[in-house]
Amino acid sequence: MDFASSERAGAQPREITSAKIVIAGGFGVGKTTLVGAVSEIEPLTTEALMTSAGQGVDDASKVPGKETTTVAMDFGRITMADDLILYLFGTPGQTRFWFMWDELIRGAVGAAVLVDTRRIADAFAPLDYFENRHLPYIVALNCFDGAPRYEPDEVREALAIPPHVPLVMCDARHRESVKAVLVQVVEHAMATLVAEQSGGYPAVVG
Amino acid sequence: MGQPQDPRGNLVRPYAVTRGRTEPRRDIPIEAILVASQAAVQEARFAGHDKYRIAVLCEAKPQSLAELSAFTRQPLGVARVLVADMVADGLLSLHSAAPKKGFTERMDLLERVLSGLRKL
Repeated sequence: MDFASSERAGAQPREITSAKIVIAGGFGVGKTTLVGAVSEIEPLTTEALMTSAGQGVDDASKVPGKETTTVAMDFGRITMADDLILYLFGTPGQTRFWFMWDELIRGAVGAAVLVDTRRIADAFAPLDYFENRHLPYIVALNCFDGAPRYEPDEVREALAIPPHVPLVMCDARHRESVKAVLVQVVEHAMATLVAEQSGGYPAVVG
Repeated sequence: MGQPQDPRGNLVRPYAVTRGRTEPRRDIPIEAILVASQAAVQEARFAGHDKYRIAVLCEAKPQSLAELSAFTRQPLGVARVLVADMVADGLLSLHSAAPKKGFTERMDLLERVLSGLRKL
C-alpha cells in the first residue's frame, strides 16, 4: 500500500514501530510531570481545535459559526531502539474533551489513571471513561508531599475500582517510580491479552 | 474588528496553510511515525515552507505526527492534512500507521516495550 511512496522517499528498509501509553487524570494531577520524569525530550504540546460544544472539528465546514477553542495535550517520547519508539500522551485535563480521549486511546498499549488523593473526586470521570472502553488501565496514586495518605484499599473502595484493575502508589516526579507505573501498565496489558485469548476474562468492563 | 464575519468563523485561519482543506487524504494516527530521505528533503524545498520544515524534521530523526504538530506549531488537524499530502506525494514514508492485530503481534510488541522500559 505504501510501498511505492516509501521507495521514492528512500525509506529505511526496516519498519519503525511506535507504541503509546495514555496518562489520564484530572486537571493538575501531575500528568505532565509524570511524562517529563521519563521522557527523553521536554514534554511537547500538541493542540487540537474544537468548538465550544466540546465537539471535534476535523471537518470545520460542518460547524459554521461556532466559537472554537483549542485543547492541549502534552506528550513525551522514549526511543527504545532504532525501530521502536514509545510515546506517552497526557489526556486533556478537562473531561468534556472526550473526543480527544477517543483519539488518544485508539491503538494504545494501555493507560494509567493518575489520582491525587487530595482531590479524589477528580478521578471519577476518567475512571468511568476507561470502564467503558476496551483498553487495559491501571490506577496510580500520586503521593504528593503532605498529601493525605490513604491505604490503597480505602482508595479502591472510595473510587469503586474493580478488583482486577491494578492500583499502585507513585511519585510522578521520580523516574524510577514512573518507570514502575509504566511497567505495571504493560504487564497488565499482557495479562489482559492472555486472559482474552483464553476467553476467561471479560473483554469490556462496565 | 470591523471586518465582515466569515460565516465559517475563526476556524478558517488555522487551515489557511492547507488552502482550507480540513480532510486529510488518509487517516494518520497521532503516534504514527514519519521519515524523510535526503532526496525527499530536496524535493520538499518546492512544496512550501511548512512541508519543507516537516521534511527537514523527519530527516533528522523519525517523528510522530504529534511531534510534527508541536514543532511546526500547527494544530493537529492541520498537521495531519499536510503530512497526509506529503505521504501521498512520496515526500514522507509512513510507519506504524495501523494498530497491531492478532495475539502474537500484540504480545511481541508488549514484550519489546516492557523490556525497553526495564532498560531505562
